[in-house]
Amino acid sequence: MQRRLLLGHPQLAITIGRLCQELIENHQNFDNTVILGLQPRGIFFAERIKERLLEITGTEIELGYLDSTFYRDDFRRRDSPKRANETKIDFLIEGKKVILIDDVFYTGRSIRAAMDAMIAYGRPAKVELLVLVERKYSRHVPIKPDYVGRQVNTLDSHKVLVEWKGQGVDDDNIWLMTNEEE
Amino acid sequence: MQEQLSVKHLLGIKDLTPGDIELIFETADEFKDVINRPIKKVPSLRDVTVANVFFENSTRTKLSFELAEKRLSADIINFSSSNSSVKKGETLLDTVNNILSMKVDMIVMRHASPGAPHFLSKHIKANIVNAGDGTHEHPTQALLDTFSIRQRLGGVAGKKVAIIGDILHSRVALSNIFALQKLGAEVMVCGPITLLPKHIATLGVKVELNVRKALEWCDVANVLRIQLERQQIKYFPSLREYSLYYGINKKLLDSLNKEIVIMHPGPINRGVELSSDVADSDHAIILDQVENGVAIRMAVLYLLASLSKN
Repeated sequence: MQRRLLLGHPQLAITIGRLCQELIENHQNFDNTVILGLQPRGIFFAERIKERLLEITGTEIELGYLDSTFYRDDFRRRDSPKRANETKIDFLIEGKKVILIDDVFYTGRSIRAAMDAMIAYGRPAKVELLVLVERKYSRHVPIKPDYVGRQVNTLDSHKVLVEWKGQGVDDDNIWLMTNEEE
Repeated sequence: MQEQLSVKHLLGIKDLTPGDIELIFETADEFKDVINRPIKKVPSLRDVTVANVFFENSTRTKLSFELAEKRLSADIINFSSSNSSVKKGETLLDTVNNILSMKVDMIVMRHASPGAPHFLSKHIKANIVNAGDGTHEHPTQALLDTFSIRQRLGGVAGKKVAIIGDILHSRVALSNIFALQKLGAEVMVCGPITLLPKHIATLGVKVELNVRKALEWCDVANVLRIQLERQQIKYFPSLREYSLYYGINKKLLDSLNKEIVIMHPGPINRGVELSSDVADSDHAIILDQVENGVAIRMAVLYLLASLSKN
């Protein structure tokens, strides 16, 4: 595998700032809004969004972790099962505006499963989807994100890797992983 | 980190690795969260059919498995031998093959003969979960017992667990010994000498005949029922005498100068192995065990089902 930098540290901070401004535009004071970060990788990005919104607006928005392992449509269809992660939602989502946050949006199947998982906790007033990277032309289901950090053209053989500072790496970086022959 | 079980069937704890048990525990943690939500159901096993085949009576294990299957959205069929063609002379293999030809993916089986699920596993393709085979193993009970210890004491490794009562006829005892040892706990068995298997010490467990000494030693006491239905001969003079020598009551616990956790796989014979004031006290985690049983069985069914591709 070779890797190519899609988005590095200073630009990524700008992108996160821009996404937060878009959220503020639509949610104003966030008094009825909550965030759900998707396990396993989306939670780190969700934490970043929450922190930045706190810096900009001074408002602390409730953040929960949502795991969709038991709701996936590829159970008993993939070679090895996915390991379940913790779901941690310490607030009610009934009647709330929910912002689902994930790092990489690819086929859309994870988001479909996540919406099923979310509904088990109540009926939100509105659900939006915010993703850091959208892989174009890869959709398997009719789902479209409301907020996108960066769109990229990828092949199925590619992988997008999002690294966050503090998790064994020195900086926030998004990499496109490709096979050497390409 | 282990992603999947090393076994295709859950026949006994003996076949599991410590990693398998840890994977089951971590999956059960998430299912415990599921069954405490307003909507207690996930769609994972919606394309799986499970047959609960019970050749021996059971209330709580059967209910617990049934609930676990329903919470996972599996289709289920129930079979009990008391009102079936087994009475007409059908063999175990024929009975199960007939059930399987109705397109069943998993079998949860209880049988009075030790090794019955092992025999079956050699002849059929479906995943098998042993829900108790005679006096041999009862793996899901041992998993939920150790899971309950982990929940109450924060871990199992290094803990001292005494299994007290009718060890000779108990599949719960054997499965618990295997599970506790694999997780690094120290195990002691305690009971009247007639109810301890002759060579039990070869399993690496301590043997104690005095219940007070056992309680003084242990952090957790797993108290077993006297299985009168399996006892063909008299192993002790009377239930009253058993209760006097081996029954655990509040007075005995209070005299220990330490807190120990009391467990019981049920059904309790109140006033025989446990007095009511102990069974209903804060020491007892008997009802936690029952709740954990559903989560553990969900985890086992989920992990086994994930191994066979649709």
